[in-house]
Amino acid sequence: MINYIWLFFIVSSVVISLFNNRIDDVFRAILSSCEQAVTISIGLIGIMAFWLGLMKIAEASGLLRVLAKALSPVIRFLFPDIPKNHPVQADITMNVSANALGLGNAATPFGIKAMEGLQELNQNDKKTASDAMCTFLTINTAGVQLIPVTAVAILASLKAENPTDIIVPTIITTLSALIIGVLFVKCLIKWRPEPAKRKGKS
Amino acid sequence: MLSFLSAALIPILVCFFLLYGTYKRVPVYETFTEGAKEGFSISVRIIPYLVAMMVAVGMFRASGAIDLLAEALKPFLVWAGIPADLLPLAITRSLSGSGARGIFAELAAAHGPDSPVTKTAAVMLGSSETTFYVLSVYFGAVGVTKFRHAVSAGIVADLAGVVIALIVSKLAFY
Repeated sequence: MINYIWLFFIVSSVVISLFNNRIDDVFRAILSSCEQAVTISIGLIGIMAFWLGLMKIAEASGLLRVLAKALSPVIRFLFPDIPKNHPVQADITMNVSANALGLGNAATPFGIKAMEGLQELNQNDKKTASDAMCTFLTINTAGVQLIPVTAVAILASLKAENPTDIIVPTIITTLSALIIGVLFVKCLIKWRPEPAKRKGKS
Repeated sequence: MLSFLSAALIPILVCFFLLYGTYKRVPVYETFTEGAKEGFSISVRIIPYLVAMMVAVGMFRASGAIDLLAEALKPFLVWAGIPADLLPLAITRSLSGSGARGIFAELAAAHGPDSPVTKTAAVMLGSSETTFYVLSVYFGAVGVTKFRHAVSAGIVADLAGVVIALIVSKLAFY
């Protein structure tokens, strides 16, 4: 599926830009996007190292296990495939809380750590996403955020009268989108489980 | 207050991790550097995936496809009573964070910071996550290329977010 999405983005941009007479912009976008991708990745190194270092301490001290145990009921409901008290539960929790608090650059290392944990548990060939990975990324892409810091900050900088008006509507929106996304992915998983489970059935 | 809380949270969390580690007799400095080593390889590992995704999204935005789509859907939006100006934001928010912020800033300048349209746009912006970035970074970090349900579920959650943002804003701001 991702092959077709990727193909669609690129081919449709070229075709449209030929009609639009914007092929020049599209060409420049290729160059600048490549540069941007590398800038982002390289910029991630420091903060990534920092949080991975701290997570190692949390792991070695047993803090992650404590956290995993405390949040086990919620995680067990969302991720039935993760073994009880597995440390990846703590990584998922840290990622979701960092996102909810609007700490985007802390959320990414936790999320990647969680993905590595899920990859270890992945029963399929390692190129195929497991059911747990799909659920985890659905939660992530829904963008749960308790306080929309960026949006409020932009409104405030434009001298809006009550920039915080948008907080409650935003929370309602993200939570509803999250619930819909999770229910939807759960249905899809029921309908078509991961390959490893399908083989077991037949 | 808000910015103080989010600024204070991280340093306090860091202290807590270190103190708890020391209490449990973990050699904190050595353990930290041991874990931090992975930072480089993970960041470098995601480069190919990020390049693939960002080039596609960058080209798509530069081609004017989003404006074209907005133009095509305009009659329908007008019929539904939805401000057509919101559509580029509704599409871009799933593709590019900086792009969405830019569109939002333009929209707020055009309509004024207190207009209902701007506030609706702010709700859309605040409730969004750049789905395609998240998918390529997280799956890229572990080398997964078959995303399965994650793509459709992400898109459905995004669409639901747009619709709910419109409804909630209609009730709250108009």
